[in-house]
Amino acid sequence: MSRFLGEATLPKLIYRGAEAEIYLEEWYGSVAVRKSRIAKPYRVPELDSRIRRSRTLHETNLMHEARKIGVPVPVIQHLDQETSSFIMEYVNGPTLKDELFVVSPEIRRTRCKELGRLVARMHEGGLVHGDLTISNVLSNGGKLFLIDFGLGDFSVELEDRGVDLLLLNRAMKSTHVRLHEEIFGAFLKGYSTVVGRKRHAETIDKMREIERRGRYSERA
Amino acid sequence: MIILNCLGIESTAHTFGASVVVEQGEILSDVRDVYASAPGTGIHPREAAEHHSEVAAKVISGALDKAGVSGSRLDGVAVALGPGLGPCLRVGATVARAIASCFQKPLIPVNHAIGHIEIGSLTTGAIDPLVVLVSGGHTAIAAFSGGKWRIFGETEDITLGNLYDMFAREINLPSPAGPQIEKLADKSSNFIPLPYVVKGNDVSYSGLLTASLAQLRSGATLADVCYSMQEISCSMLAEAVERSLAYTRKKEVLLTGGVAANKTLQKKLSDVAVLHDAQPRIVPHAYTGDCGAQIAWTGLLALRAGDVASIADARVKPRWRLEDVKVSWRSDAA
Repeated sequence: MSRFLGEATLPKLIYRGAEAEIYLEEWYGSVAVRKSRIAKPYRVPELDSRIRRSRTLHETNLMHEARKIGVPVPVIQHLDQETSSFIMEYVNGPTLKDELFVVSPEIRRTRCKELGRLVARMHEGGLVHGDLTISNVLSNGGKLFLIDFGLGDFSVELEDRGVDLLLLNRAMKSTHVRLHEEIFGAFLKGYSTVVGRKRHAETIDKMREIERRGRYSERA
Repeated sequence: MIILNCLGIESTAHTFGASVVVEQGEILSDVRDVYASAPGTGIHPREAAEHHSEVAAKVISGALDKAGVSGSRLDGVAVALGPGLGPCLRVGATVARAIASCFQKPLIPVNHAIGHIEIGSLTTGAIDPLVVLVSGGHTAIAAFSGGKWRIFGETEDITLGNLYDMFAREINLPSPAGPQIEKLADKSSNFIPLPYVVKGNDVSYSGLLTASLAQLRSGATLADVCYSMQEISCSMLAEAVERSLAYTRKKEVLLTGGVAANKTLQKKLSDVAVLHDAQPRIVPHAYTGDCGAQIAWTGLLALRAGDVASIADARVKPRWRLEDVKVSWRSDAA
């Protein structure tokens, strides 16, 4: 964490998405991350604040639940309903997407298998992520953290689980073309050890079905 | 140099339209006759089709006369074969097949949704836009890739046009109801919370319709409900468009289709475009609604690319999906 404390003045914007901004900032003497939902000019203020507030609450609820069922996520340190933002633990490490480029084949498979176990545990615990990609996984020395539950939900529907797998599969395919089969295969191995062979097969079938419907089209 | 022209015939829903365009994109004529349903009722497919058969000859000869082109001087006859209402589509298809075989001209099948996109591109100068297609039959966000329009987001149930029309039907307004709902909404700024449902890049409007009608029954004023429903429905679409725009990084947003005439929607989508350094492109009012020009121009593009059909193959396709059409005249952006 000293990496950031030393060189930049905080708060520092580190990511801007369509919906939220992510800042590094100082929180009681250490570095933390703030996720702040941006006000949108295309919504009347009353509607805008209602949506931002309820989504922030929903997301922090999901993260809290994930932690309870043993899925590592950054610890939430503060929730500020007024500004529709929350502060969470800073996880020092690359995204899994970046890490997979630089590690040995053996570690690569270990990481993906571990991710499979975590996602399975999340699904078994009644949560779906909704935007599962290898950019939304942080790796701190091999310990994986899931982030960005903004599109997540409390759900045990096969359909929602299938979407998670489909999105991850697509993300792996688009960034690691040649390794795709190896890493998604390792992921599935980890996934099936937790959910069992039957549920694993059902989820894969559902994923293929959703893909055939063609709704989640490739990037232009 | 020979300049190609094309006759286009539109009959997918309530409008029977005909138009002649030439290669440079000039619209020589655009004639239409719209079937009007009684207030409080929707479009009746058979009655609309009867209307179309009655006006077809008048509309088509009007379009040819105004363009100063006789049937024998046409280079192609384009017709919207879908998506749309079967009985209505069959009128346009029958007439088009007759004209094409009588004058021995190539027959060009056109997808109505692509027609909206191409007339929007022609009239706004959009080149490689993120398309927001809003009409009675569509609420879809699409971008061109790999020779086809790919759907990035769409409604999971009823379309934005449906929402307005179904609401209007319940309160005895005639359809298409968008302009009247807009007028009523302008009288209010009292916001009533109603369901706002965005799932990723998709929207869902059925809950909003139910809740809006329930508000009305429990005593809210019509103006307040119209204002709130319009605000929410347009904001939902704006958010879905923003997500797609952040993802595709397109530099133009093309708003096209009948509901593109809605000022609130125009404003909100322009706001979204600006947030992402993209240019808003809004189809001019004259070409928002269904018209022959959208079919004629798309037909001309297809004709130039050699996409013609034999008369026997030109059958109507009421459920012809936008993303199933192979588009030969566009190429992917670099």
